[in-house]
Amino acid sequence: MQTLTLALAGALLVLNGAAAAETIYVSNEQDNTVSVIDAHRLAAVATIPVGGRPRGIAFSAHSGLLYVAVGDDNRIDVVDTKTRKVIGSIPSGEDPELFALHPDGKRLFVSNENDNLVSSVDLEKNSVLGTVQVGVEPEGIAVSPDGRLVANTSETTSMLHLIDAASLELLDNVLVDTRPREAKFTPDGKAIWVSSELRGTVTVLAREDRRILRRIRFAVPGLRREQIQAVGIVITRDGKTAYVALGPANRVAEVDANSFDVRRYYLVGQRVWHMALSSDEKRLYTANGNTSDVSVIDLDRQEVVKSIPVGRSPWGVAVAP
Amino acid sequence: MPVRRAVAVLIFALLWHGGAAAAALQRVPLAYLGETRAGDAGAAESGAAVDEGLAGAHLGVADNNSTGRFVGLEFELLPTQAAGLGQLISRPSAGAPVTFAVADLPSKILATIARQFPALTFINVRARSDRLRNEDCAANVLHTISSRAMLADALAQYLVWKRWTRWFLVVGSSAADAAYADAVRRAAAKFGASISAEKAWTFGAPNVRADTGHATLQTEIPAFTRVGDYDVLIVADEEDEFGEELVGRTFLPRPVAGTHGLIATTWSRVNEQWGALQLQRRFEKEFKRAMRPRDYAAWLAVRAIGEAAVRTGSADAGTVRQYMLGPEFLLSGFKGRGQSFRPWDGQMRQRVLIAGPRRLVSASPQQGFLHRVSELDTLGTDKDESACRR
Repeated sequence: MQTLTLALAGALLVLNGAAAAETIYVSNEQDNTVSVIDAHRLAAVATIPVGGRPRGIAFSAHSGLLYVAVGDDNRIDVVDTKTRKVIGSIPSGEDPELFALHPDGKRLFVSNENDNLVSSVDLEKNSVLGTVQVGVEPEGIAVSPDGRLVANTSETTSMLHLIDAASLELLDNVLVDTRPREAKFTPDGKAIWVSSELRGTVTVLAREDRRILRRIRFAVPGLRREQIQAVGIVITRDGKTAYVALGPANRVAEVDANSFDVRRYYLVGQRVWHMALSSDEKRLYTANGNTSDVSVIDLDRQEVVKSIPVGRSPWGVAVAP
Repeated sequence: MPVRRAVAVLIFALLWHGGAAAAALQRVPLAYLGETRAGDAGAAESGAAVDEGLAGAHLGVADNNSTGRFVGLEFELLPTQAAGLGQLISRPSAGAPVTFAVADLPSKILATIARQFPALTFINVRARSDRLRNEDCAANVLHTISSRAMLADALAQYLVWKRWTRWFLVVGSSAADAAYADAVRRAAAKFGASISAEKAWTFGAPNVRADTGHATLQTEIPAFTRVGDYDVLIVADEEDEFGEELVGRTFLPRPVAGTHGLIATTWSRVNEQWGALQLQRRFEKEFKRAMRPRDYAAWLAVRAIGEAAVRTGSADAGTVRQYMLGPEFLLSGFKGRGQSFRPWDGQMRQRVLIAGPRRLVSASPQQGFLHRVSELDTLGTDKDESACRR
């Protein structure tokens, strides 16, 4: 059955291009649902009820399952994308917000905001493997492409914490800009990008020696500095381009990831949180919290081509074949 | 209460030792100047607590130390009465001099003590006096509690946005109520509202526990509020004597705002946005009650010192204070905008919450109230209007 689905998906890829064949999942923080968007029709086609206050969302290519952190219920819901139903849940520690899947597909790492912890969860045994104490209100979390290092930000402590993925030993703590939200490794694993919500910057650090390579600032004509708040970060597979969601600036910045220059800003819906690229990286989907919609940016044409109404307060986006 | 404080101190002591093993920590002692407060009969209803302010400062120290342990700084809170300050600074705590004081004091006492100790930096977490930020301002006093002008401006912006621009002002008998009413009148003029009627509340505090309490109020208040038409009643009752009794009893069906009903406040339990739920939960877990405005202001004061010390990597008072007042300083205060100090009067610029009894209604500044530097500076005394000469 799985082979058949994959074969079918392959055929569609050839016919319509990758973006058109896939499905986009959006967590709606205030509705306790996940909206399902058909990438071909660019319309919401289903709504999946999940636990309370869904935010972090990710699709696992290993298991073919969708994971949704439901903070108010202190767990991560597991969604079968075929039946579009919650088929179980995994423990996460208290109030999970963002999580990151390990490249081995067997573990995930999750921030527990209330307890100042990062938990490592075994997806097969469905149990917490261990925890590590970090700063106050851990938030952004990422695993290096080689699977060895976990990067985590703490919002109130304003630090980037680096954790050994296997031993859960806290290796280093680096002061970054105020209220850091997301952390992302570059595809080559050599740099870490960290967004600061209140300073409105992205700090790029070298993994090797934690040296700050660049502090990227954003400026949008007509907007006050305080309206520019960097949140979600997405980096293309070739490592050449990064997209940064700017929250109440209602913009997504496109950044040259080598020179760190901002190439352009896309006007999207209001209070843009997190984003996801289509699998062919020709489109970017953004979750806009205040306008309760998803903006679709056509990256070849460099314009926003559609806004799709979803549930209330969309927060996270995941793309699955 | 002493037991609770001792337990809190013990917990914080344990927290430090958890992270202190690796390197010698540089100590940053912070004085906390309070007054002895007796619980009063109305305290239970209004939610007031005897450790209001101090509890917030304790949480701030814990938050500071969570970052401090990574960078070699250790913060310590030294609560004392205002009269004990001289003694406290003459006995440096383990060699580190006390150079910062969180001031939970009435404005007159603070103005006096700030003159008496010019080498110390005070952060005001209690007094909302506009005089203290203008004519009576001092270079060594900063403010994390919002001024009355900020509160009145915040409420005015929201009411003007709602187009509820005809106000009936009811003023209590205390000096604080008169000062609040002054701020409301100035805000009306600033944002284009009008005071269509004004009355002084002269009945004193109603004894609502009498069996005839509600019956009397049900006839008295409609009669008192019969003043012609208006959009909203604004009550100035800072001491919480009668304001609550106006809600639901006015002659015309009109909302009550100001110190009661729809309030403008530096902090409220109803704020759960912008990550505030985490702060509320941390506070409630530790102190078994809701975080109040003075708790929040004290938490901000301690966090401001902590943020500046961590960013500069220094426990030196001059370095910390200079950074705190400089353009790079930015504090996350769980209100969705970075908070910093206004260099002209030392007031922290911050959003002001517009709160109902159980829900956050809005937060000012409102959309459309523009400013050439920061929209947060549309609240309170702006640079050009300030009478502070620091």
